Amino acid sequence: MTSTRARNTKVMNRFDLTQRLVAGLKDEAVIGGIGNTNFDLWAAGHRPENFYMLGSMGLAFPIALGVALAQPKRRVFALEGDGSLLMQLGCLSTIATLAPKNLTMVVMDNGIYQITGAQPTPAAGHTDLVAVALASGIANSSWAADEDDFERLIAQSKQAPGPSLIGVRIDDKPGTGTTRRDPVQIRERFMHGMGVRQLL
Amino acid sequence: MAAAEQASSQKTATTWHGIVLQTLKRNEIKLVPYVPDRVLTTLIKDLHADPYFTTFPTAREEEAVGIVSGAWMAGTRGAVLMQTSGFATLANVLASLAVPYQIPLIMFVSERGTLGEFNYGQALVCRTMRPVLDSLAMEHHTITRLDELEFIADRSIKQAVTTQAPVALILSPLLTGGKTFDK
Repeated sequence: MTSTRARNTKVMNRFDLTQRLVAGLKDEAVIGGIGNTNFDLWAAGHRPENFYMLGSMGLAFPIALGVALAQPKRRVFALEGDGSLLMQLGCLSTIATLAPKNLTMVVMDNGIYQITGAQPTPAAGHTDLVAVALASGIANSSWAADEDDFERLIAQSKQAPGPSLIGVRIDDKPGTGTTRRDPVQIRERFMHGMGVRQLL
Repeated sequence: MAAAEQASSQKTATTWHGIVLQTLKRNEIKLVPYVPDRVLTTLIKDLHADPYFTTFPTAREEEAVGIVSGAWMAGTRGAVLMQTSGFATLANVLASLAVPYQIPLIMFVSERGTLGEFNYGQALVCRTMRPVLDSLAMEHHTITRLDELEFIADRSIKQAVTTQAPVALILSPLLTGGKTFDK
């Protein structure tokens, strides 16, 4: 758990927040980063519009940007961990420049690399990732105060004139399920979900 | 055809960067993120000037790979431009995204580090490129001749798409002139 003093936000749970997000979805795309973000996305109920990464740490937001640019009429959500985002902070500048208004990014911040043994990230307790996003030019960036605020920010992001980033403080619990690690099936079903390909 | 337009189309047919641009267009590759390289300057400028393309810089090459991978899965074709040292940052994303998910990632790599390189670091990093491509059994071609460029690029793009496999097209200094010490 992160201990940045400036933040007065509730410590929530990744799986609970993911379930809240998925419960309100119709045809929106969701990109889950490596490890726990996509495990919880899988556990919240598989849907063909979900894409699960099996590596390429830090690329959930860039992949989501590509989907958002290709399908500007479809809302695209991306779920990323704080450690993963630290791998690819530069993508926030790219996203701010391209400014797709159909992109909502969620950063699940527990200040640790939970999956490798809960070691603290170099940012833990010192770096405010929402402030980093704001400084990168993503004006619609906020911490969610609690679960209700998270749902409100998700709804608000759908009306925003540009991309949105929502930071959530989460606990140190591991992911709930385990994604079936079949990259070709994941990609093929996602393309079907995106309406660009029929399944065999 | 207006004179200026005619001059422009003659230029595109006779320069390597003109041929690359036309080959991308013919294959409906619209999205071209890049990390710049001196040799790629004119190509990048011409891509920006052509409204057919969505082209923009990224902070890292793997970010660009993520973007074109997402776009391809959502129905838009892309290609990534980079130089040799940028390719050297990609082993993880090639092995964990492009290859296992069978994504037709198209890469144009401006080759530094050989045929007159003046920076020892570039010369060393260049030697890692083909072993990485070979270790993943990835298709790659080194393009040295203007008269072979269109054939290799066009056929390789079509092969990448139809076989759902990534490809690296290495632009040799023999083709581009490369970057020399006095530039």
